[in-house]
Amino acid sequence: MKINFEHNQSAHCENGVVSNLLNYNGFKISEPMVFGIASGVFFIYIPFVKINFAPMFSFRPVPGFIFSRVSKRLGFKIKRHKFKSKEKAQESLDIELGKKNPVGLQVGVYNLTYFPDEYRFHFNAHNLVVYGKEGNKYLISDPVMPEVTTLTAKELEKVRFAKGPFAPNGHIYYPSQLPDTVDLEKAIIKGIKQAYRHMLAPVPIVGYRGIKFVAKKIRKWPDKIGVKKTNHYLGQLVRMQEEIGTGGGGFRFIFAAFLQEASEILKNPKLAELSVEMTAIGDQWRDFAIDASRLYKNRSRETDAYNKIADKLDAIAMAERAVFLKLKKAIK
Amino acid sequence: MKKEEVPQDESCFSRTNMREVVYAVDKEGKYGKALSSGWDAKTIALNESLQLIDEQLQETIQKIKQDELSPIAYYMERHRMDVTVLSGYVGFWQWKVKRHLKSKVFKKLSEKTLHKYAEAFEISVSELKNLKFED
Repeated sequence: MKINFEHNQSAHCENGVVSNLLNYNGFKISEPMVFGIASGVFFIYIPFVKINFAPMFSFRPVPGFIFSRVSKRLGFKIKRHKFKSKEKAQESLDIELGKKNPVGLQVGVYNLTYFPDEYRFHFNAHNLVVYGKEGNKYLISDPVMPEVTTLTAKELEKVRFAKGPFAPNGHIYYPSQLPDTVDLEKAIIKGIKQAYRHMLAPVPIVGYRGIKFVAKKIRKWPDKIGVKKTNHYLGQLVRMQEEIGTGGGGFRFIFAAFLQEASEILKNPKLAELSVEMTAIGDQWRDFAIDASRLYKNRSRETDAYNKIADKLDAIAMAERAVFLKLKKAIK
Repeated sequence: MKKEEVPQDESCFSRTNMREVVYAVDKEGKYGKALSSGWDAKTIALNESLQLIDEQLQETIQKIKQDELSPIAYYMERHRMDVTVLSGYVGFWQWKVKRHLKSKVFKKLSEKTLHKYAEAFEISVSELKNLKFED
């Protein structure tokens, strides 16, 4: 059986699944719109959580938040199930497909056979859509892939029951009830409000303050932990910023795209101007990544070089502060 | 980022038909999706982390040769796992898994326990027990 499901490649898996599933259910919405309504733009630095021997930097909220915020703000309901038994998980999937209902699945990346080896880490909060089954093969629409693909029942079971942090436990979800009317404007404003609240939060490791905090650390790291470790930490920051799914520049370009779209819907030209400013910030992040990559490629020992990229990061922090303050004014 | 500036560098995507979506503006300043085959700045960061994983693995191999660590440590790192992930797969507490990484403790493990690890790494128990490195 095969459901007539439209696969649209997107930057980020969670936005993509939400946007593709809603489109299927008759509600047209773009990826940036999903991202913006969910207040996806973010920054946090968590020095005490180490991933791959480096502290955690994140440009996005915790996995799953995007979906739940969008559903709340647009007023649709999501049915979710998690399973202990692998058999029940498959049975439940087959029943939904039998009802011609494409479903979202949370899966682990490590055993996704169609991913390039370099990207196969034990990251368990990836999302994809199953839109049919032919023989022993499930038809897969993975939003970050250009084309649809397939996985055998065994392969799918493995990724649905990946273990470790955020273990999916067969997590299956789908929108169950769509509202008759959607107040898109209200949802957009809610999304923007939470975005600037988080980015301007009076917490030293969150938002623009978090970026400043990291800049301060970069000045100290070479002396404190050595060049090698500093470079590795910078590498981690760049990876998180440019990871597949960010749409480039630590999600700043997707957010700028959202502001542009929102400007038309709310008939607020101010937002279009801020979209341009946000794009410039995204470019600043890209510049920072280039400089950082030069640093750890050449392994230069001049502390000055680290001060220079810290300056860049400081500039980004102040630019983000300015944009989000203006954003606050713009929707008042 | 402008559409014509979207990097098309060689990366691990080049081997396959994979492209990643980024958002960029066209000449009129309108946003849309664009495809990128890869970006050097990002590839360098990714390679740096893969290199670190490899260095770590070589260190572990040395420690196994010196009879400090058990083969479980090797297979764990080969599969890019850490103690948290591995403990999820085998169903033991993390402190227990940490103990099993020691060569001394490993030698006293029961077949049943070894079987769980072998299953997690998708190898046989004898492969797990008889891990050999060439000098």
